[in-house]
Amino acid sequence: MSDQEERISETTRLGLEIVKEAEEDRLMTLSVGPQHPGSGHFRFTVKVDGDYIVDCDPDPGYVHRGEEKMCEYRNFIQNIPHLERPVIHDSSNITYSYSLAVEELVKIDVPRRAQFIRAIASELNRQVYTLYWLAIYGIFLGHSTMFMWPTGDRELIIDLLEALTGARVTHAYNIPGGVRNDIPYGFKDRCLRQVSYFEGRLKEYEDIFYNNPLLRQRTEGVAVLTKEDAIKLGVTGSVLRASGVPYDIRKAEPYDIYDEIDFNVQYMKTCDSFARAYVPLLDMRESCHIIRQLLDKMPESGEVRAKLQPNPKGPPGEAYRRVESGRGALGYYIVSDGTPRPYRVKISVGSFRNLLALPHLLVGSKLGDMPSVYWSLNYWPVEADR
Amino acid sequence: MTTPIEDFRFGPFVASVVWLLFWVLIIVTVIVLPLIFVILFYVPLPLVNGEVLTPYLFLSMMIDPTRTLPILNFLIYTEFFRVAVFPGFMYAALIAAATIFIERKFLARMQLRVGPSHAGREALGTGFEGLFQLVADGLKLVSKEIIIPAGADKPIFWAAPIAFVAAAAAVVCLIPVAPGWVVSNIDVGLIVAFAIFGFFPLIEVLFSWASNSKYPFIGGLRALHQLIAFEIPFILSALSVVILSGSLNLTEITYAQSSYWFILFLPISAFVFFMSSLAELERIPFDLPEAESEIVAGWLTETSGMIYGLIQLGTYVKLYALAALFVVLFLGGWMGPQIFPDQLGPPGEKPPLLQLLTLDGLYHGPTANAIFWFTAKTFLMIHLMLLIRGINPRIRIDILLHTGWYKLIVLSFINMFIALALIYGGVLGPGGLLTPN
Repeated sequence: MSDQEERISETTRLGLEIVKEAEEDRLMTLSVGPQHPGSGHFRFTVKVDGDYIVDCDPDPGYVHRGEEKMCEYRNFIQNIPHLERPVIHDSSNITYSYSLAVEELVKIDVPRRAQFIRAIASELNRQVYTLYWLAIYGIFLGHSTMFMWPTGDRELIIDLLEALTGARVTHAYNIPGGVRNDIPYGFKDRCLRQVSYFEGRLKEYEDIFYNNPLLRQRTEGVAVLTKEDAIKLGVTGSVLRASGVPYDIRKAEPYDIYDEIDFNVQYMKTCDSFARAYVPLLDMRESCHIIRQLLDKMPESGEVRAKLQPNPKGPPGEAYRRVESGRGALGYYIVSDGTPRPYRVKISVGSFRNLLALPHLLVGSKLGDMPSVYWSLNYWPVEADR
Repeated sequence: MTTPIEDFRFGPFVASVVWLLFWVLIIVTVIVLPLIFVILFYVPLPLVNGEVLTPYLFLSMMIDPTRTLPILNFLIYTEFFRVAVFPGFMYAALIAAATIFIERKFLARMQLRVGPSHAGREALGTGFEGLFQLVADGLKLVSKEIIIPAGADKPIFWAAPIAFVAAAAAVVCLIPVAPGWVVSNIDVGLIVAFAIFGFFPLIEVLFSWASNSKYPFIGGLRALHQLIAFEIPFILSALSVVILSGSLNLTEITYAQSSYWFILFLPISAFVFFMSSLAELERIPFDLPEAESEIVAGWLTETSGMIYGLIQLGTYVKLYALAALFVVLFLGGWMGPQIFPDQLGPPGEKPPLLQLLTLDGLYHGPTANAIFWFTAKTFLMIHLMLLIRGINPRIRIDILLHTGWYKLIVLSFINMFIALALIYGGVLGPGGLLTPN
C-alpha cells in the first residue's frame, strides 16, 4: 500500500468515525431496571433515537438462586419446597412437571383421583398466575382499575387454594406420587361457585380493558411477531399461540388425565401485542371449562398419594417431562445415578424462551410501547433466572 | 364502610380534648393574634361608628358583637381577602383538597377497594375516615429531605415548582365565582387565561432540563409536545364561546348565558375543551409526561419532599381552574335556580349576638346562591375528570399528537362554524330569536 493510499484510507476511517460519533450523539441510552417501575427484577438497556428504540440489550440474572445446583444436594422429595420459589404464583405447575419426571425415574403410578386433583390445582394456579400477570399488564398501561380488579379476584382463588392445600401461594401440593392430601369437605361446590363467578368477571375485564378503544389503538398492530419468527425464536405458551401457532403441551403431549378432557387450544392470528395480551384471558376462560370437567369426572373416592419408600430412588437413568404452565412449556430434565439425590436437574422455563423475542420486538417500536411489549411476552424474571 | 372506634375510653378522651385546647390556645396567642395585628397595621383602617379602627379597638369586638359586623364587612371587601381567601387561593386550595379526598374515595369504590381509612378516623368519629390523609401526606412531604441531583441547575430547580404553583394560582384569579366576586375582572380575561396556560410547558421543560437526568428530560419533551398540540384546539374551542357571547371578559361570558347555557349550542366545543383540559392537566389517559412504567415519573423523577408537594398542589389548583373555566364557558357560570332566600329570617331588631351568629348583614341571598351553584357545577366537572382516570389506559405519544393536531382541531372548527351560523342566522346574538331582551 502506498503512502497516498494509506492517507486516503486514514481520512476515510476518521471521517467514518466522525459520522459514527454524530450518529451516536443522536442516541440516548436508557437503563431500564432493576429499579425501574417498568422492569421487575430485570434490567435491559435500550437505545432510543427520538421516540424509537434502535437497540435493546436484555441483562437477566439479578435473581439467580442456583435452583438447579441446590437440587443436587437434596433428595427428590426435599426439592419440592425450594423448586416452587422461582414462580410462587404458579407453584402447582412448576412442581407438576418435576413430579412427573421423578415419577418416571422412580417408576411410581399415580392414583387416578390424585391426577384429577393435581390438574385442578394446576388449573387454579394458572388462573392465579395469569391474574397477577394481567394486573401488572394493566398498571404498565396506566390502567389502575385493571390493576385492582384482578388483584382482588385473585384473592378469592387464593382462598380456594388455601382451603385445598393449606398455604396461600407456596402450596408444595404436587409431589412425586400424587398430592399431599385429599380435597376438603365441600370443596367441589365452592370451586364450582368460584368458577361461575370468575367467568362473569372475565366478561367485565373484557368490557373495561380489552374493548377499550385506547388500549386497542396502542396495542393492535404493534410489535408483530410473525409465525415464522415465533417458531424460529422458540417462544412458547401464550406468546406462541398469539402468533398463530395452536400449540399447547396439554394437547400436544397430554400428561396425566388431560387426554380425557375436552378443550380447545386458544390462539390468535394477529400476532401483535394485543393478541399476546388477549390470549391469556382466553386461556383463563378455557381453564374454567377444564376445571368444570375435572370436577365432573373426578372419582368420588380413592387414594390420592402412592405409597413411597422414605428415600425414594430409582435405577440410573434420565427423564424429561414438561407441562403447560402459565408462561408456556415448563420442563424438567433429571439425571439420576441411582442414589436418592438427583445427579443433575435442568429446568427449562418458558420465560427465558420468551425473553429471546424481546430485542427482536423492541427494536423499531416506540418507547411508549416498551412496557406493554415487554410484559406481553409473559416473562417472569425470577423464573428465567432460576 | 364505617369502622367503630375500638377501645374508646372516656378519661383519655377528656385528656386529649384538654390537650387540644391547650395547643389551640398556644397557637392563637403566639401566632394568630400577632398575625391579625400585623395584617391590621397594613390594612387601611375604616371609620367604625365615628372612630378610626385601631388594632386595640379590634380586640374589643370580641366583647361587643355590634362592632364586629362592620369590621367583618369591611374585611370581606378588601383586596387581601379576595386574593388570599374567597375567590382566590384559599377557596381554590380547599376545593383542591376536597378533590383529592373525593378522588381517592371515588377511585377506591370503583376499584373494589376501601381507600384511605385511618387518618382522621378518631378525630371526627365514624364516617369521616381518611379525611385527614391529605394532612398526613402533607406533613410527610414537608418533613422529607429535598434531594437535588448532582449537576442540577439549582436556581431553576428551585424556582420551577414555585412558578408552577404561581401560574396555577394566577388562573384562579380570573375566575368569577359570583357576581362581583372575582379577583381581577379584566376585559381580556380569556386571553390572559390562555397566556398563563402557555407558561406550563415552559416551566416543565425548564425543570426537566435543570434536573440533569435522562428520564425527566424525556418527560419534559413529551410535556412540551403534548401541551403545544392541545393548546390550539383548547383555544379554538373557547373561541366559539367568544363568538356567541361577543366578549372576552369571563364575567360577561357568564351573563351572556343567563337564559341558555352555551353547552346547548356548542356540545362539540365543550367536548374538545374537556379533552384538551385533560391533556393540559396531564391526567390519564394523557399522563405521558409522567408515565410511570415507561419513564419512571417523567419530569417529576428528580423531585422530592416539598418540591413534589408544591407541584402536586399546583396540579390540583390547575384542575380546579380548568373545571371552573369549563363551568364559566359552557355551563353558565354561577347561574342557577334560586334556592337561598334573599334575607335570613324576618327583618327587624335582633340581639347583636344572634345577629352575628346568623350573619345577618353579611348575608346576601343572590351571592350565596351563585356560590352554591358555581361550586356544585365545578365539583361535577371535577368528578367527570376523575371518572376518566378509572377506566382508561395511557395513550401513546403519536396517537396523542394525531388526536391533538388533527381530530380535535377539525372538531372545534366544525363547532365554530355552527356558532357563526347561529349568529348570522339570527338565532343568537344581538336581536336574535333566542336572545333575551
